[in-house]
Amino acid sequence: MTAQSKWLRYFKLNFFNLGDEKDSEDRYRLLHRNMILFMILVTIVPLVLMALVNYHQYRTSLKAEIINPMRVLSSKTKHSFELFVEEKLSTVRFITSAYSIEELANKDKLNKIFRVLKKEFPGFVDLGLIDYKGIQVSYAGPYELLGKNYSDQSWYHEVIVRGVYISDVFMGYRKFPHIAIAVQLGNDVSGSCILRATIDTHQFDNLIAAMELDAESDAFLINDKGVFQTHSKFYGKVLDNCPFSPPLGNYGNYIAEEKDPNGREIISVYTHFDKMGYSLVLIKPKSVILKTWFTLKSEMFFIFIISTVLIILTIFKITSFLINKTRDADERRELAFRELEHSQKLSSIGRLAAGVAHEINNPLAIINEKAGLMKDLIELTSEFKNREKFLGLTNSIQKSVERCKTITHRLLGFARRMEVQFEVLNVNDVVKEVLGFLEKEYVYRGIDIRLELDENLPQISSDLGQLQQVFLNILSNAIAAVADNGNVTIKTWDQDPETIGVSIKDNGTGMSEETIKHIFEPFFTTKKGYGTGLGLAITYGIIQKLGGKIKVESKLGEGSIFHVYLPKKAPLKSSE
Amino acid sequence: MKKPNILLVDDEVDFVQTLAERLQLRGFDIHVAHDGDSAMSQMDSSPPDIVVLDVMMPGLGGLDVLKQIKSQLPKIQVILLTGRGSTADGIEGMRLGAFDYLMKPIDIDELIKKINASIRSPS
Repeated sequence: MTAQSKWLRYFKLNFFNLGDEKDSEDRYRLLHRNMILFMILVTIVPLVLMALVNYHQYRTSLKAEIINPMRVLSSKTKHSFELFVEEKLSTVRFITSAYSIEELANKDKLNKIFRVLKKEFPGFVDLGLIDYKGIQVSYAGPYELLGKNYSDQSWYHEVIVRGVYISDVFMGYRKFPHIAIAVQLGNDVSGSCILRATIDTHQFDNLIAAMELDAESDAFLINDKGVFQTHSKFYGKVLDNCPFSPPLGNYGNYIAEEKDPNGREIISVYTHFDKMGYSLVLIKPKSVILKTWFTLKSEMFFIFIISTVLIILTIFKITSFLINKTRDADERRELAFRELEHSQKLSSIGRLAAGVAHEINNPLAIINEKAGLMKDLIELTSEFKNREKFLGLTNSIQKSVERCKTITHRLLGFARRMEVQFEVLNVNDVVKEVLGFLEKEYVYRGIDIRLELDENLPQISSDLGQLQQVFLNILSNAIAAVADNGNVTIKTWDQDPETIGVSIKDNGTGMSEETIKHIFEPFFTTKKGYGTGLGLAITYGIIQKLGGKIKVESKLGEGSIFHVYLPKKAPLKSSE
Repeated sequence: MKKPNILLVDDEVDFVQTLAERLQLRGFDIHVAHDGDSAMSQMDSSPPDIVVLDVMMPGLGGLDVLKQIKSQLPKIQVILLTGRGSTADGIEGMRLGAFDYLMKPIDIDELIKKINASIRSPS
């Protein structure tokens, strides 16, 4: 046996095959519980799984949809920055190509160029020429920087090597954030000079403002060392150290989900510039990004809860319906079994009784004749000693034989195969006739007989004599059961197209359950001393033969009700 | 009126002898047979007026004897005795031509009434 089938068997055993030793009420309760658990398991679990999968997928796609515009915006802004710097660089380059070193060294000339420059290209702060020794030889701008020696500064060496240099943002002598652009002119080292222009980074702020960010979001430039190049709304001023650390190298686009120093969950997009050591950082708090998501999530949650509740309600309804059906079916089956058992028991008892009665009948006949002969002889002999005494004795023997005969005949009658004489009759009339036989007794005892006979009761095909016997037995029992001035109700009705019903109800002593169980068995009697215990057994036998049914309900102290159901048409075969 | 000649047929010897004696005491001319075959041969030699016949007998049963009587000697009246406490045998017998039936144990006065009635009745 494989492990799986073993498991399955175990499962079945524990779930649906419930031990018989348990109380039946417990069994149904257990079955009910297990069915509910099982159904919840097979419905709710997939639902939960599906909801979780959906949750994740939605979340992922929604995030992508929100992050993408951030990425696009970052790239666009990066380009603007690059374009801005490129433009300034081109301008400086143009000056270096358009003018000779001599012209630029001329202070007036340089001032003139600077004025035009400032007018055409806003953002330029000053312009200066530095010779190969690092000395500022010519300067146009608001500061007194002529003759300043830059030879010990790093950017100076870089421009000598590369020909072009763009600085990080710095405060320098000017005390406001700006960048410097330096371009070398001339080819030979001894004759070369450097044209250096500084640009106000106020322009950067304009570019960031153009991103039109919401109040919760932030964007700023940092250099590769992690120093702010523009103001940040939340994280610091220009030249402060940035709390975020972008990845090293030129990484293009990088998206991180992290926590900012204020503890907010954020999504940050780092965009590295192609030519400069800058990164544009765009930061949005997750709460803003996922606002849509939360709305969707609560809707999904709502739907989930509603469907779960519906499923559970349905499961409860269905299982209790099924359990009730099962229980009904079980009860009906059990009842049918009990009835079958009962009728089999009665028929075997009947057969036994008939056999015994028949065997007893013959010796009884002999006793009867012997006693009769004795009596005859005594009567014929006039001088018989103790004549009267002997006559009394033989009479008493014959009376006893008569009593035995009554019993054997009734016993035989209980089980015999008797030909039933079917005729069309009205059960109402039969009931009234039988009441006629009993009239003396119930009138004398003041018993109230109530008739609720259906006037339109259809005629049925049955045996008149046998029906009389049936009603006589049941009615005399009822009359015996009630106290003086009690009441007995007889009702007839049209049960269904095949049957009619008769009920006889009394408010007498009633019977215990134990009594009801044995009531149709021969020789069972509660009338100690004077009952044969055959009345209801015969009644039962007759009703069976007529194709009908008899049922009894009773409660001690409240009375009994006998229901007799008779077929309208004679049964095809009237044998036992 | 001459007392009728009666044949009692029953396999219960004790019963039938006693009954015969009682009927003889009452002046009837009684013959006895213990089974169907001997009853038939007795009837052939001296036919009785009335046969009192038990239904349940080993060998030739009461109803078979009745049929033979009715086919061979239809003038003879037959009264059946049944021990099964059932009217079915009696009714079946009457259908076959029996005059009447009695259930065992019988009342002798009842039997005599039926015997007298059968004599009066035209067979």
